[in-house]
Amino acid sequence: MRDVSIIGIGQTEVGEHWGKSLRHLAGEAVLAAMRDAGIERADALYVGNMLSGELNGQEHLGALIADFVGLRGVEAVKIEAACGSGAAAVRMGYLAVASGLLDVVIVVGVEKMTDQKGAVTTAGLAMAADAEYEVVNGISFVSLNALLMQRYMHEYGVQHEDFAGFPINAHKNAATNPYAMFRKPISLEAFKRARMVAAPINLMDSSPVADGAAAVVLAPSDVARRFQPASVRIIGSANATDSLAVHDRRDPLFLSAAALSAQRAYRQAGIGPNDVDFFELHDAFSITAALSLEAAGFAERGRGVYLAKDGEIALDGRIPICTFGGLKARGHPVGATGVYQIVEAVLQLRHLAGPNQVKNARIGMTQNIGGSGATVITHILAAEG
Amino acid sequence: MPIPQHWRLQNQRYRLTGEVCNTCGAKLFPPRDVCPECAKPAYEPFQFAGKGEVYSFTVLSDAPAGYEAYEPYPVALVKLQEGPLVTAQLTDVDPQDVRIGMPVEMVTRKLTEDGDDGLIVYGYKFRPVLKAAANG
Repeated sequence: MRDVSIIGIGQTEVGEHWGKSLRHLAGEAVLAAMRDAGIERADALYVGNMLSGELNGQEHLGALIADFVGLRGVEAVKIEAACGSGAAAVRMGYLAVASGLLDVVIVVGVEKMTDQKGAVTTAGLAMAADAEYEVVNGISFVSLNALLMQRYMHEYGVQHEDFAGFPINAHKNAATNPYAMFRKPISLEAFKRARMVAAPINLMDSSPVADGAAAVVLAPSDVARRFQPASVRIIGSANATDSLAVHDRRDPLFLSAAALSAQRAYRQAGIGPNDVDFFELHDAFSITAALSLEAAGFAERGRGVYLAKDGEIALDGRIPICTFGGLKARGHPVGATGVYQIVEAVLQLRHLAGPNQVKNARIGMTQNIGGSGATVITHILAAEG
Repeated sequence: MPIPQHWRLQNQRYRLTGEVCNTCGAKLFPPRDVCPECAKPAYEPFQFAGKGEVYSFTVLSDAPAGYEAYEPYPVALVKLQEGPLVTAQLTDVDPQDVRIGMPVEMVTRKLTEDGDDGLIVYGYKFRPVLKAAANG
């Protein structure tokens, strides 16, 4: 096994890209990452994407995007794990380079969601859940998370307002991220006034449907410096699963795949939660942020929500999260999100995060969740040298 | 979902038939052939009574395609007496009155229909336990 580093990153602005198709978005991110790495060819292209078949009438993205960016001929394939597709694809790229079979691998996450009507996108996102036993009962993806939030509030005696710190922190950080979808802060009042989507989840608890693409270039660490003086090493990478359906979990309020995935990554990196300088977690909903903090070892069960209340998740807090806005405010183009998280972590570790910089950031963790916790991919990254 | 996929689920949708693990005795719904508790085969059918209580609930006001006509409607995780959780809609109840811990029972109701000419999908929903039924 070889060590693997990230030698290039690229991202498009997250938003409603009415003028750009899926291939254009993916191409923009891939070409930016190739320029950043200073490469003109690669051994493979892995594409993280969830819904291109359902929302864009297009599958077979590997060949489509490879050809579009001038890489015709390379190995290319799409990797799907619902909202975890992006980091799942990075993990596959990591395995390929670490194994020694491939040297330079480009991974792009892309999602084009805003061409369809809301109900169609909602139905598409629900495909992350169990079609025969969850979705047919009229559930949406939001409502599955609402079931978790309602139970969390009941079991731990937490009020809805206690979650406000998550979106407020996310929007504050997004305000200075030129790639973010929502670049303005929100107030506690705005959180309390927001329209209900699936009680107790309101609009301000929820990440937005969006278009976007992000890409990274992976190479063996021993040659990474030749391409990129500011390369970042992947020191932990893990993918773990849980039951697809929430109802099949013995304890729905514990994201066991998130815990497993984090523990495996910690073990590989030889570190623990106390060594992590910032955590790009999967705040698809504010409840997900609380559950992730607990599963990854940053809070006791039932206490994750209080990290948001006490300011510990701010850029200068004990464990900064969503440093560029997270899913809530950078935006959540589902299959691209896991790659955005890693691009943002690289910016932090290169100390190129500008006003969003976490001081002295040396080790960053990213965690991308597919479905309501069924596939969870954790990466731990470290600044080189 | 295609018609054959619905048809194959008739014993689950209309009767709440699951499985029981012959090794550890765990009651399983939905049926899954391998016991998640002990990883041994579990093919023995088991008939659930259809009684349970609300473990958690929500009310959908942004329904997915095919369900918009029914908004707003309550959805719950129901904890069956025999152990498993089931995802289902609640019916015959004002969403305002739903509480965690509320006793509920299974009924068969329309879930959705596939346009004017398509399949009408029936399946289980849960309603508050009727007083007479609770006493009998």
